[in-house]
Amino acid sequence: MKMEHVPGTRKGTVVLYALSTCGWCAKTKALLKEIGVDHSFVYVDLLPEDELEEALQEVERFNPHGSFPTLVIDNRKVIVGFREQEIREALR
Amino acid sequence: MIAPGITDAEIDARHRQLGRDAEEGGYHLNPDVAFTRNLVRGLLVNEQRYGYMACPCRIAAGKKEEDLDIICPCDYRDPDLNEHGACYCALYVSSDVIAGNLPVGSIPERRPPRVERKAARMSRSTGGSIKTAYPVWRCRVCGYLCAMENPPLVCPICKAKQDRFERFL
Repeated sequence: MKMEHVPGTRKGTVVLYALSTCGWCAKTKALLKEIGVDHSFVYVDLLPEDELEEALQEVERFNPHGSFPTLVIDNRKVIVGFREQEIREALR
Repeated sequence: MIAPGITDAEIDARHRQLGRDAEEGGYHLNPDVAFTRNLVRGLLVNEQRYGYMACPCRIAAGKKEEDLDIICPCDYRDPDLNEHGACYCALYVSSDVIAGNLPVGSIPERRPPRVERKAARMSRSTGGSIKTAYPVWRCRVCGYLCAMENPPLVCPICKAKQDRFERFL
């Protein structure tokens, strides 16, 4: 599954699973950019069918609801939804 | 924003129409115009992509029968408005939000996970266990009940389409 890389300050491996149509995903994406953290993101709704299923299973592993945005830091810390304070603190 | 072929004029028109429909039914769109227009754009993208206005903040399966609960306005809007003052996307907000008494934020997902939805589809109770002169149908969007051979083509209360009705009795 191809991810877009956004260069910035390294704070570990930061991955954002998002939807291209979603308001809270857009806010989360803008927040990561504002913080200036190095991260990757993928718009799951734009993936071809086989990759979409793979991505959904990946999201569900971190967040059983399979909801968006799901932010994963270092394969451990998972933040679901646009939780601005929590995201800022996790990436300080 | 990835929205090929969707113009500002189309977004404005749909935004106005959704706002009118909402107010007529006693609902309110989020007054944050930029945020709401972006969601309306998402709805138009999904309408183009799937043939129905799937929720822009959830991943659609692309099969209508699996996405019926998240066609906007979704089955979860009213319980979320009651509990959080906004729907999952925050396209719809409560009058407390409009009055400035309640902030809008990202809320927990009420829609059950995929595995649970699949199990529920398998074992869906279709009502009909009580003997009535007519079957009773329930609109899953607004809760309207009617006793007729078939549900109406369009819900007279919230304008949801016939396929959003379930057998209640």
